[in-house]
Amino acid sequence: MSTLSLYDEIQEVRARYPESLSAVMPALQLAQERSGGWLPEQAFRDVADALDLTPAYCLSIASFYDMFRLEPVGETVIEVCTNISCGLKGAQQVLEAFESELGLKAGDTTDEFTLRTVECLGGCGWATIVAVNNRHRLHVQAGDVSRIVAELRGIEWKERDEPDA
Amino acid sequence: MSPTPEIVFAGTNGDALTEIADYEAVGGFQALAKSRALTPDDVIAELNASNLRGRGGAFFPTGRKWSFVPKPDKIDKPHYLVINADESEPGTFKDREIMLRVPFRFLEGSLIAAHAIESKHIFIYIRGEYEAEFEVLVAALEQMRAKSLLGDVTIVVHRGAGAYICGEETALLESLEGRRGLPRTKPPFPAIAGLYASPTAVNNVESITAATTVMEIGGAEYAKLGVENSTGTRVFSLSGNVVNGGNYELPHGYPLRDLINELGGGIADGRSLKAVIPGGSSTVILTADEANRVTLDFDSLVDAGTAIGSAAVIVLDDRCCMVQLAVRVSQFYEHESCGKCTPCRVGTKWLTTILQKIEDGRGTQADMDLLVSVAERINGKCLCPLGDSDAIAVMSYFDKFRDEFQAHIDEGGCPFHGESSLDHLLAPVAMHIALPEGKAIDGLINV
Repeated sequence: MSTLSLYDEIQEVRARYPESLSAVMPALQLAQERSGGWLPEQAFRDVADALDLTPAYCLSIASFYDMFRLEPVGETVIEVCTNISCGLKGAQQVLEAFESELGLKAGDTTDEFTLRTVECLGGCGWATIVAVNNRHRLHVQAGDVSRIVAELRGIEWKERDEPDA
Repeated sequence: MSPTPEIVFAGTNGDALTEIADYEAVGGFQALAKSRALTPDDVIAELNASNLRGRGGAFFPTGRKWSFVPKPDKIDKPHYLVINADESEPGTFKDREIMLRVPFRFLEGSLIAAHAIESKHIFIYIRGEYEAEFEVLVAALEQMRAKSLLGDVTIVVHRGAGAYICGEETALLESLEGRRGLPRTKPPFPAIAGLYASPTAVNNVESITAATTVMEIGGAEYAKLGVENSTGTRVFSLSGNVVNGGNYELPHGYPLRDLINELGGGIADGRSLKAVIPGGSSTVILTADEANRVTLDFDSLVDAGTAIGSAAVIVLDDRCCMVQLAVRVSQFYEHESCGKCTPCRVGTKWLTTILQKIEDGRGTQADMDLLVSVAERINGKCLCPLGDSDAIAVMSYFDKFRDEFQAHIDEGGCPFHGESSLDHLLAPVAMHIALPEGKAIDGLINV
């Protein structure tokens, strides 16, 4: 994160555009980064103040786009693509494996994790795509999920002895 | 049929060219130098000679698009070049690989395009989910700035925030101006009144990257690749029930069955081919028989009643329930409808609802007619093609696999009995916080 204040960082971004309104999305992105991955009420006041807008206008932008979160998220956000191509390759089984491993349902948030399903992440030929804090993991199968969750929890993973098929 | 040597991915040897010296070693930035020595009109003439057509989905001739931007003495406003890197059509993942592996060829093409339309301002609108790709572009730009390759042109990489609709060019411009991504009425077209009501060209990543090659080898040489009306190569995104999904750069005119069976390694798990969506989820589905006959170019696919679209080939094997496919496709468009036009906002929801009813075994014969009626009320009645895409795709499954829809009605449920590959696939759900009863969250806005 930058050493500048949010206000100053937004001014820097604002200067890149011929019209300052264009900076509202990048400004909301910066504010979200600084507020633990979501946009509380204060974030809208801060962005509005930095760009001479109203908080309501900033909220109207944030509510349109899926990546702006209006509710808190866990430290790790796990997003499973369940569009067609991933679905054909077992995305539902991957999702269910995350649900059972984390003890959460899709859409749930705890301090530690947010688990959700998302529309096409643009990795269809490498299905199933799972985004972990926006970094895409490719070719995820249900059998990989325990290892991924252990890794995210910082637990050393030991491969279980699988009986011969 | 053997694939052509790579054009877009030339010089990569399967790797990524993210160091500027490596790109220069394979002839990088020569096309830019050559273009800057030419007049803008001469660059456009070269593009016209190549017959390069837009790779985003609409297949509009790139040179002609540039020629629509008025000369600076006609309209006293700055010109803008906007690159559409908001790749989000389900099935499509080519632009991200282009940005990851040949970022300099893409950025070089952007500078060539800016020269052709006499613009000093380039905006790259990249979808928010492409974080790694964003970082590669930013790093590549740093290297280009260090070598003063940008001249007096500024390039701003603008990140989207998750909205399929922003791939539609006027919605993209609205979003870039700092508004909700709602499509505009056309005319005026972006060439006259685009970004900030100024003359603007909006081009797809792959089109721009191919323009670099056009200027490198010459329009006439480029036009020798591919087939009539579909010159050059195309990066096809292959996904679904094939052994080897991935991007394949091929000359236009390549047989679809060879892409699936030879390059793609055939249908996975020993299953058989049922259908192919040839150009992204918006396009009309092909039955296995139709898919085995077509070649991957504009004319062949139009003759088959569909479209090359974004060149995203989704392969479906015999386990796929067509009603489930329709439900999931319609859920996507319903979720992504911006809500501006009523036929789309309401119609996509109705399509999903009726399809889900049929899938659940609650459908009646009247629902089959209602489905057609709703689709007809969406088609052609909105500002942008999002609603049409839902109606056209779903109706193509309905028309070509009507027996399967009918079986859901007759059997009072899904004839696949839970064995379909898309069974109970969960669409995106609303997020909520698992909090103890009565605990409030600081700063939460209830919307």
